Amino acid sequence: MGDLDDLYREIILDHYRSPRNRGELESPPAHRVEGFNPLCGDEVVVSLLVEDGKLADLKIGGSGCSISQSSASLMSSAVKGKSIDEVFQLIRTFKGMMSIHEALLGHESETEEPEVIDVEKLGELAALQGVVKFPVRIKCATLSWNALAQGLDEVAAEAS
Amino acid sequence: MTALPLNVEALRKDFPLLTRTVHDRPIVYLDSASSALQPQSVINTMARYYETTHANVHRGVYATAEESTHLYEHARIMTGRFIGANEPEHEIVFTKNTTESINLVAHTWGRANLKAGDRILLTEMEHHANIVPWLMLAEEIGLEIRYIPVDGEGRLDLDDLTTLMAGVKLVGLSAMSNVLGTINPVTEIAAVAHSAGALVAVDGAQLVPHAPIKVTELGADFLAFSAHKMMGPTGIGVLWARKELLNAMPPFLGGGGMILDVKLDSFRPAAPPARFEAGTPPIAEAVGLSAAIEYLDEIGMDRIRAHELALTNHALARLDEKLGRDCRIFGPPAGADRGGVMSIAYRDVHAHDLAQVLDQFGVCVRPGHHCAKPLMRKLGVQATARASLSLFSDEHDIEVLIEGLLEAGRLFG
Repeated sequence: MGDLDDLYREIILDHYRSPRNRGELESPPAHRVEGFNPLCGDEVVVSLLVEDGKLADLKIGGSGCSISQSSASLMSSAVKGKSIDEVFQLIRTFKGMMSIHEALLGHESETEEPEVIDVEKLGELAALQGVVKFPVRIKCATLSWNALAQGLDEVAAEAS
Repeated sequence: MTALPLNVEALRKDFPLLTRTVHDRPIVYLDSASSALQPQSVINTMARYYETTHANVHRGVYATAEESTHLYEHARIMTGRFIGANEPEHEIVFTKNTTESINLVAHTWGRANLKAGDRILLTEMEHHANIVPWLMLAEEIGLEIRYIPVDGEGRLDLDDLTTLMAGVKLVGLSAMSNVLGTINPVTEIAAVAHSAGALVAVDGAQLVPHAPIKVTELGADFLAFSAHKMMGPTGIGVLWARKELLNAMPPFLGGGGMILDVKLDSFRPAAPPARFEAGTPPIAEAVGLSAAIEYLDEIGMDRIRAHELALTNHALARLDEKLGRDCRIFGPPAGADRGGVMSIAYRDVHAHDLAQVLDQFGVCVRPGHHCAKPLMRKLGVQATARASLSLFSDEHDIEVLIEGLLEAGRLFG
């Protein structure tokens, strides 16, 4: 099951079985955003609290497959406490890792120009790299990241 | 082991796709409810049509144009006979697929016959294709949509049918559920509908390819189905309707082929079925559908049904024996009102993950909500992994399915 081991790495299974930052934050003051994958019915609810230019707290709700849920859990660990600029940088890097394959498939790439992905910067998130070998699962992996980006954009829009 | 009525081993040789491997394993195709595989005869017939005959239909007078027109119209007759239609040449409309057939009914019959406040009765187990067109029409003209509930065993709960039927103009229901495998008592429901003055539109996408059907006995006024689920090509679907209903319906799409006359400020539509077939139709696909029907007829729909019923019973028993309570299969227990569709929930492994692991075993199943989100909500699941049978499915396929499920259990255990 070579390819499968690449997809379901131990760290992914760990985050799937014991998801971090699970739950919802009281809204308001937190901002709540939902993401849906209409193809499979997976859903994710991201509650985020932005304070002093930082993502002070976030929680993940919803349900779905091991890839969507572990990606959300890994994301929550990676971005919590970071500055908004750092969070967006990480979103770009992560989606870059995923979109290499999307671009190859002729799907619209979310990044404007292909940037060299520094996988080292991704830390534990690099475990999700195996997903690109399974193109239909990329949408599972990016579901929570798209919701987070949308949420941060909405918070910024409300503030301005 | 009782002898299966079909010689499956011989039949499997008719399907070239079954000879390929996936991840170095022989393919185990358990997704015929989504789209069936094609026998070599369908593929050859379509290729031969393009090689020797292709021309547009109902237009040219040259030899190949006459031949293609004949083949296209012959497909209509074959299709009508396959479902026991009285007048195939008038009652069979070729569409793109089941979805388009149902949309055709909603757009033409629906707009001409329904008004604000009118009631439509659907069921909770419908595919989105038999819900959304009616919701769209309801948004447009203001209809009340009611649903026949699904009971705990995955059958329609008909206890309150007479009450639900009051004031209903149209009943829309699937002959067989694409999630539960339930074969619904269409004739019984149609009798109640007709005595209340309602028409009955049947989604036959799942049942027509797997059991003998006679529209004259079914009690339906409309029947929709797709060629690609019955071993024909994609791109062609069928709407059967009683002749007098089609005659009274306004056109669907406008364009060439569906008119008697066109002036700069007006047009007169053609008689059915041409009225509903604007533009160049799926000609090669109709030819392929004829070949598929010939293939199915040669085997016999009653034998296909018997084989799939026996294998469904076997599969349900084997899954229970090997996986026990870890494996939940939605829908009625094995029996005469169940088709070869098994929606599986295994332990708490998500359907996508099940399907991903099964893929490594060469097993093709469909994970997800199966375009039946209202039903999935009722069942209390987000997604299932659906294995569906075909005339070429056998007991070995079921064993590989079980092997894959056990591996998924180990991986996610």
